Amino acid sequence: MKIAVVGAGAVGRSVVDLASEYGHEVVAVADSSSAVVADGAAGRNVGVDPDAVVARKAERGIVGDDDPADALAADYDALVEATPTTLGDAEPGFSHVRTALERDRHAVLANKGPVAERFGDLRALVDDSDGEIRFEATVGGAIPAVSTVEDIEPGHVTAVRGVLNGTANFILTRMAAEGLDYEHVLAEAQDLGVAEADPSFDVDGTDAALKCVILANVLSFGAADNPADAREFTLDDADVEGIRDVPGSALRLAAEDGRTVRLIGEATGETVRVAPRLVPENGTLAVSGTQNIVQIETTHAGRLNISGRGAGGPETASAVLGDVGRLE
Amino acid sequence: MSDARDGVPEGAADDEDATPDGGHAATTPSTHTVRLELVDEPGQLLAALHPIADNGGNLLSIYHERGNKTPRGRIPVEVDFEATQERFEGIVEALRSEGVNVMQAGTERYAEEVTILLFGHLIDTDLSDTLSRIEACESASVADVSLAAPQGTEESSSARLRLEARAGETEAALAAVQELADEKELRLVEPLTGVEA
Repeated sequence: MKIAVVGAGAVGRSVVDLASEYGHEVVAVADSSSAVVADGAAGRNVGVDPDAVVARKAERGIVGDDDPADALAADYDALVEATPTTLGDAEPGFSHVRTALERDRHAVLANKGPVAERFGDLRALVDDSDGEIRFEATVGGAIPAVSTVEDIEPGHVTAVRGVLNGTANFILTRMAAEGLDYEHVLAEAQDLGVAEADPSFDVDGTDAALKCVILANVLSFGAADNPADAREFTLDDADVEGIRDVPGSALRLAAEDGRTVRLIGEATGETVRVAPRLVPENGTLAVSGTQNIVQIETTHAGRLNISGRGAGGPETASAVLGDVGRLE
Repeated sequence: MSDARDGVPEGAADDEDATPDGGHAATTPSTHTVRLELVDEPGQLLAALHPIADNGGNLLSIYHERGNKTPRGRIPVEVDFEATQERFEGIVEALRSEGVNVMQAGTERYAEEVTILLFGHLIDTDLSDTLSRIEACESASVADVSLAAPQGTEESSSARLRLEARAGETEAALAAVQELADEKELRLVEPLTGVEA
């Protein structure tokens, strides 16, 4: 497959880097201000060199000398949308995906915004296009959550729950293990690069909620006989509580009783909820550190658990490239 | 909560003997405990035991707490007996129609236990009031409380509560606690119920 990658953060760069290993050819790469396109304006009649893209991004802050619009117009089979997640109108990610679909090309998203905030709009675009969308990388990084739900069939999945944010899980794990307070562990997580300078998105539960909203959309639209009857979820439909004010003393009380606290997200076709919850200390859902886990409750296949790395460039890129492969 | 017999081989064998319509639970006697409140007058205890025996309950033990009085000045009595589920319901009905105050009626199988955490300004918001209001809600009672207030009473503190909810009323009990927590600006950490395996 020929792919164009929009977004040159950790995920976008890893996709560029690993594409050839998966048998795909990168024909364009764009970040917010620049692009490099095979057969681009500069008349380079060559493919996109991954090493050169990564080097230019590191040295000059650009991926190439072409215009980002050229990348969207390039001759690709699938557009990989890996720009940062935005809420509300989910722009510019949504427009990137729309451009691809209107050109009857596929789109593979690592950006949660469009799938969480405008799922109905995306479905409508897909209906009018020969292209498809896939978005495995938006939920649980390397964990095949969406495709597993699709394989089981959304109509036979009653709920999906799990630990879907590595930063929050790292903080709760360290607080419980070391008896430290939130602020202390957050500072440590920031030093280690596990938490961002502004950790709100992770610790307030927004990131986990977006993933659950996406799963709720998959369940709702997947189970409906007629997509017009499906309920569309956005972040506003989610009941979200974060971990910011969980005191160390609460974790100690939980531990005395063989339990611990995890930020658990739950999605059904009707509800989305993210909140700190008490779980057995040695239970399946009490994964440690930055690990994620997705637990799928089914009508005929019992309960499935998939744990693994929920973030990271190569991990998330593997989900993106897996999606590209499914579109072939 | 799952049936306590889940996964126990003998249970599976028993099920083969169960009638197709009645099912296992309805036909096999199990142990029930009722907590009664009696007026401190001669003959009251005997009058309360008759409806149990008369309706097919097999008396196992009687715990008569004479030294203890209920808030209404009555004497609490705990009676254990064996009966099928169907007969048990008849017994509770008969006790009530005899004018005996049944404070609690249930079997172990039906008692749902749930552990929660509360944190925030527990002390400032009157912890004993919080507990007695949970206690007052019909679905649950507080079985156990552990408090951790590491930074003195003015800072945020945490409590772990073990609640006993009546059969099928765990969700209602949690909703009631959530409402109380919202009112007092406390945070409630609920368990992930039914997923503990």
